[in-house]
Amino acid sequence: MEIPTGVISYINGPVIKAKKMSEFKMREMVTVGSKKLIGEIISLEGESATIQVYEETSGIKIGEPVAATGHPLSIKLGPGIIGGIFDGIERPLNKINNISEGFISEGIGLISIDTEKLYDVNLSVSKGDLLCQGEIFGEVNETPLVINKLMVPPEIEGRVIEVVRNGKYNIETPLVKLETSSGEIVDLKASQEWPARIPRPIEKRLATDKPIVTGQRVIDTFFPLAKGGTAAIPGGFGTGKTMMQHQLAKWSDADIIVYIGCGERGNEMTEVLEDFPKLIDPKSNRPLMERTVLIANTSNMPVAAREASIYTGITIAEYYRDMGYHVAIMADSTSRWAEALREISGRLEKMPAEEGYPAYLPSRLAEFYERAGYVSTLGEREGSVSIIGAVSPAGGDFSEPVTENTKRFVGAFWGLDRKLAYSRHYPAINWLSSYSGYVGQLAEWYDENVAEDMMQLRANMLKLLFEENKLQEIVKLVGEDVLPDDQRLILEVSKLIKVGFLQQNAFHKEDSYVPLKKQYLMLKVIDTMYRRGSSAVKLGIPISIIRNEEIYSKVIKIKYNIPNNRLDMFYDILEEINQFYDRLEAQYA
Amino acid sequence: MKSEYLLLDKVEGPLIALSGVADVAYDEMVEINIGGKKRKGKVIQLYEDKAIVQVFENTTGISIHNASISFTGKPLMIPLSREILGRVFNGTGDPIDDAGDIFAEKTYDVNGRPINPVARLYPRNFIQTGISSIDCLTTLIRGQKLPIFSGSGMPHNELAAQIVRQARLSEDSNEEFAIVFAAMGVKHDDADFFIKNFERSGVLGKVVMYLNLADAPIVERIITPRCALTAAEYLAFELEMQVLVIMTDMTSYCEALREISSSREEVPSRKGYPGYLYSDLASLYERAGMMKGKNGSITQIPILTMPNDDITHPVPDLTGYITEGQIVLKRDLFQKDIYPPVDILSSLSRLMKDGIGEGYTREDHAELSNQIFSAYSHVQDVLALSQVIGEDELSEADKKYMEFGRQFEESFIKQGFDENRSIAETLDLGWKLLSILPKDELNRVSPEILDKYYKG
Ligand SMILES: Nc1ncnc2c1ncn2[C@@H]1O[C@H](COP(=O)(O)OP(=O)(O)OP(=O)(O)O)[C@@H](O)[C@H]1O
Ligand SMILES: [Mg+2]
Repeated sequence: MEIPTGVISYINGPVIKAKKMSEFKMREMVTVGSKKLIGEIISLEGESATIQVYEETSGIKIGEPVAATGHPLSIKLGPGIIGGIFDGIERPLNKINNISEGFISEGIGLISIDTEKLYDVNLSVSKGDLLCQGEIFGEVNETPLVINKLMVPPEIEGRVIEVVRNGKYNIETPLVKLETSSGEIVDLKASQEWPARIPRPIEKRLATDKPIVTGQRVIDTFFPLAKGGTAAIPGGFGTGKTMMQHQLAKWSDADIIVYIGCGERGNEMTEVLEDFPKLIDPKSNRPLMERTVLIANTSNMPVAAREASIYTGITIAEYYRDMGYHVAIMADSTSRWAEALREISGRLEKMPAEEGYPAYLPSRLAEFYERAGYVSTLGEREGSVSIIGAVSPAGGDFSEPVTENTKRFVGAFWGLDRKLAYSRHYPAINWLSSYSGYVGQLAEWYDENVAEDMMQLRANMLKLLFEENKLQEIVKLVGEDVLPDDQRLILEVSKLIKVGFLQQNAFHKEDSYVPLKKQYLMLKVIDTMYRRGSSAVKLGIPISIIRNEEIYSKVIKIKYNIPNNRLDMFYDILEEINQFYDRLEAQYA
Repeated sequence: MKSEYLLLDKVEGPLIALSGVADVAYDEMVEINIGGKKRKGKVIQLYEDKAIVQVFENTTGISIHNASISFTGKPLMIPLSREILGRVFNGTGDPIDDAGDIFAEKTYDVNGRPINPVARLYPRNFIQTGISSIDCLTTLIRGQKLPIFSGSGMPHNELAAQIVRQARLSEDSNEEFAIVFAAMGVKHDDADFFIKNFERSGVLGKVVMYLNLADAPIVERIITPRCALTAAEYLAFELEMQVLVIMTDMTSYCEALREISSSREEVPSRKGYPGYLYSDLASLYERAGMMKGKNGSITQIPILTMPNDDITHPVPDLTGYITEGQIVLKRDLFQKDIYPPVDILSSLSRLMKDGIGEGYTREDHAELSNQIFSAYSHVQDVLALSQVIGEDELSEADKKYMEFGRQFEESFIKQGFDENRSIAETLDLGWKLLSILPKDELNRVSPEILDKYYKG
């Protein structure tokens, strides 16, 4: 059979048009020009097709051929993904670097995960078994942290008619032969392919009522994210989006992390590559890299592949979810992805909607965030995909289209504040404008797994912070000294919350990650400070005495001075606080 | 040479359109010959037998039948060898200093190629600039891209020149350094200022210059930084030198891009700038860094002027989203006669976290800088309050903050154009000033460090 071939008739950056394309299909992957660049058909009209090209088009000529590949942009899914770093269309950057050293050249072709490497395959089915879609037929130890469960791909069912013996196989070797009800024979391998732009099917969605524990106080305590939920981190440049994403990639209790560097800095990916293999996961004692996948399509790499990188990442996430894992995906930055959409649609001379973005921006955002969820998979395992997307609003102004539309589709919103970042209050998440829609669903989990009054303490603290905000308006006009003591106490305790609790130092070994139990005890201490302080104020004790420097500074430094594994020390400090106020009250009684 | 085309369809702004072409490649270089004078351009769009060419020099004097166009079959390449050191080129890479052509050791495509993230080496080495506000609070790291955000009339050139003069780029005498200077749309005076300063620091023989001055064709500006960075890549990754690239003024560069975009009638995004401004700027800024297995490095200090001192303007905004921090100059300080008028709060060095502290600068550096940021940011609140209620009405602690703020600006931020402070001097000065504040206000510092360095 001859491969359908068209002819290039128009070239404008990453967008080309070709004629004689009637045998091609929408969204088909093609090779472009004599350099065989990789492209994807994004519209078909009669004989002519528009193609977005995933590589630099410099040097391509009119009249060069466009050849069909017969399939849509597909992601090869199998062992070999975890621990790897790929470009936006799942080409391993290490392999690219072997072919073209140092700098990425075009025309490298479609390469993917290693198909030659041999894995120890353990098969769990025998001849005669009936296998349904999504069912597990074997295992491979992909990394010491991740067992790759070999699954029957979606839409395939049948009876096992042949199984190879356990042993070493590469991901292309047929391991199991199935005979379907229609008599067709299907080979099952350790790998499968899936079109990136189509969500992998599930059995059903389940409630999102378990948190993803991140060890970041402002998130876990104030604006938690559910496993299977979605969150956005908008913020101007330098406000801490990437730091937050890195912190979440390091410390959140997901089984697998998919980190997409979408149109951001090369050095940030290098940093992950250098740090993660050295960082040891406290739970498993293994390097974090063994549960991490990196998709790196940096700002200077081709913009069409940047557009694809989001889909590549989410497809990989869904694949591991289907095995029954909890996967968290960080996309830094979804704004660069939206800009890639804009750049491509702009070259098509489509009528733009707001700020040059295409009219389909909201629907693309919605489709992406909808791929998150806590689900029962095909084959009835429980798994989840949580999405955390950074948003980089132009001018730091949250009223621009990408931020506004993202806000409509995410459950948690962690707004970064330039003023906080300028004063180096990190993480610079604004506690007044941020929110989490998951608090209600997660309350029960916190009651059972942390403490019954955790949510109450959270509410108390937020209330104080809201009041403090109002008081600050007055302070700005008249200074602090003229406020009555009960209000000054609110200011003092709020400072404890802000400096002692909300500020969290990512570079400090105790403070970088804080277990929930410690977060709870810290709240307990601050709450005690407020309650005892209030009673003291009522007794007429002056604020200057209540605000004892030694005690206050001890409370602020709890985060550094009480190690995560010495929570017993909290009893001493609570005792000290109570004794102090007991003494005060006795004096003034 | 391939076939020549003598008839144009259209000349409009910096663009010419012609038809009947064959075998032309996207992005290839074009030579336009008008009565024996040559201009350069490149193919920016192809449609069947029609090509649109962007002319680097201006199109003045070109008519639809007085020019002959020939396609060179390759992208813009520049010749490179060690000889480029000490030479001056125009914005498209032709020598303009009467010292003749460059004998090419290598020729590179000026567009470069993206560095593979796996081939990068994460930059960690501190560069001492001798400027306190930078060394202590916005530390420059070898291989970093750290722009200066300035406004018209502010001393960004002086600051850049001082950095060039004082920065110790190479750590030992075995390492070679070089400076690549790209001027885009700057005045002759400004260019002369830099040249004089290079001379004065005795580095002129180590400088490569690409000059597209204010009266040079605007479109040429698109190529200027690309030539400069191509030369930098050659020096850093081929000759393994420590290269510092100064690019000024990025705002003029972006305006040139906007002009071309509007003459192509592209869909604009903010303030008329094209939607691909981010990607375009990234294709320049991302050419900074270090690579595995190479001893050289490219450190970039782009300079840009913020229209109306507005940091949310697309040029500073998109730059800040790409670079690894920014040094922001503030008009307030400038008017108070503080040089360099660095606004430390909005300035940032993202790479400093891994390049300071024990083994790099000093153990107390990180905590000290955190504390200064936090204290100085409180000074701004106190200042605002004092304007409402008067300084006398401030609390005792806040009065101390006012005092700290004043002295900090006067003696820490402010320094002489020739004053070169060592990192130890800078850090000690920082502690001296923090010691104006009561010890218990310094809650960003650990007790051990505080006991050791606090002098109050
Ligand atoms: N939690 C934190 N702890 C300490 N420092 C932080 C923290 N968050 C941010 N920073 C500081 O702020 C700097 C900028 O943060 P980051 O790179 O994450 O910003 P960003 O929002 O991703 O910016 P951009 O949009 O330009 O990529 C960091 O280099 C670091 O110095
Ligand atoms: Mg970032």
